[in-house]
Amino acid sequence: MTHSHYYDREDLAKFGEIGEHKPELAEKFFDYYGAVFEDGALTAREKALIALGVAHAIQCPYCIDSYSKDCLRKGADLDQMTEAVHVAAALRGGASLVHGIQMRNRAQKLSM
Amino acid sequence: MTEPAFETMRARRLPLAEPATQLSKLRALDLQKQMGEALDEAGLMPLRPTKIDTFQINVGKLCNQTCRHCHVDAGPDRREVMTRETMQQCIDALAKTEIPIVDITGGAPELNPDFRWLVEQCRALGRHVINRCNLTILLTPSHADLPEFFAQHDVEVVCSLPHYARLSTDRQRGGGVFEKSIRALARLNEVGYGSGAPGRRLVLVTNPVGAFLPGDQAALEREWKRELDRRHGVRFDALYCITNMPISRYLEWLVESDNLLEYQRELVGAFNPMAAANVMCRSMVSVSWDGGLYDCDFNQMLELPVRPAMHVSDFDLAALEARSIVVDQHCFGCTAGAGSSCGGSTG
Repeated sequence: MTHSHYYDREDLAKFGEIGEHKPELAEKFFDYYGAVFEDGALTAREKALIALGVAHAIQCPYCIDSYSKDCLRKGADLDQMTEAVHVAAALRGGASLVHGIQMRNRAQKLSM
Repeated sequence: MTEPAFETMRARRLPLAEPATQLSKLRALDLQKQMGEALDEAGLMPLRPTKIDTFQINVGKLCNQTCRHCHVDAGPDRREVMTRETMQQCIDALAKTEIPIVDITGGAPELNPDFRWLVEQCRALGRHVINRCNLTILLTPSHADLPEFFAQHDVEVVCSLPHYARLSTDRQRGGGVFEKSIRALARLNEVGYGSGAPGRRLVLVTNPVGAFLPGDQAALEREWKRELDRRHGVRFDALYCITNMPISRYLEWLVESDNLLEYQRELVGAFNPMAAANVMCRSMVSVSWDGGLYDCDFNQMLELPVRPAMHVSDFDLAALEARSIVVDQHCFGCTAGAGSSCGGSTG
């Protein structure tokens, strides 16, 4: 099926179909994925909030859909979820801004 | 995000206030399967009771709150309130049995003028009494001594608090409810509730504030305990996660927010045979304000009585334990994921 746009929310539910080819790789990935999000040194809820922040940093609409719901289910509220998104925004903004030092270094080297 | 409606569906004269309309709406959805099929595949049809250990009494639909997700469509305008005569019939029925638990619900049960009398009668029969409390009622002047009354009668108090933060709680239950709920919990703590003492069991109930299933009950309980203590110095004994049932005002919200089909499909997709085997209707009977008997409080609100119909004045435990439980599409709310009951997760 072709779409007139790149992203379709129905595709999220089809994620598992990626294993129709090279199932051994998909199995390793999904096993690993599941293990990553279990309670550990961090709680599953903390990991869901990290995932929500990362989802915004990598701007993945599937991940944003998925982890918005997952965070709510795990008891996070909109204040907490918004803070997670601000962490991503701060990192992304900071990553751009800190490169300004490289700009300054280069400019100072080239300038009289 | 809209504020909670401050009138019941009944007061707004919505067609969806009618149970038959709600059932039609659910039955018309294009779902993966029907409840009967799912139970059949799990080897559970017809659904039979196990042993009835809970006698749930809904003493009326009158409530001082109008929560958005209420499956009763309860509110200040409702006039359906159980009479002392019907309560006496409940006591007579109980006395003929050894059913150990009486679970009193509403509405706000405490608004029934004979609420305290009912509790005293049930305790005199030696039964464990659970009261389902909305917390804010404990701050009204005529009910301010209820914490002491509960403690005096060893009543287990099960309270609704959807979240430990104000935002989500007020969105579901109305502006200002969170702050009042915390004050009410502090009052219950003052008289000994929430510290693990026998006869002082304090349980919180959370329903998801939106169109999603509840998370892991044990993990949420740890989080709720830590945060309520840290933020407000409030203690409690257990947290129950209850899935929102797609009926009444929660159904209205699902329809308005265009979440109904997706939510119901999620419930069906999450059907869990283990949870289905442990559904609460297998071990309880539910009495309505006018004495009618139902398989559960949800069937009561959908006006689906036990089959064959029975009034509490003709209470026959053997016949009830031999009945088939009435199921329909809303029942996916109790069988999804970790399961859901008046006592939280079941799976």
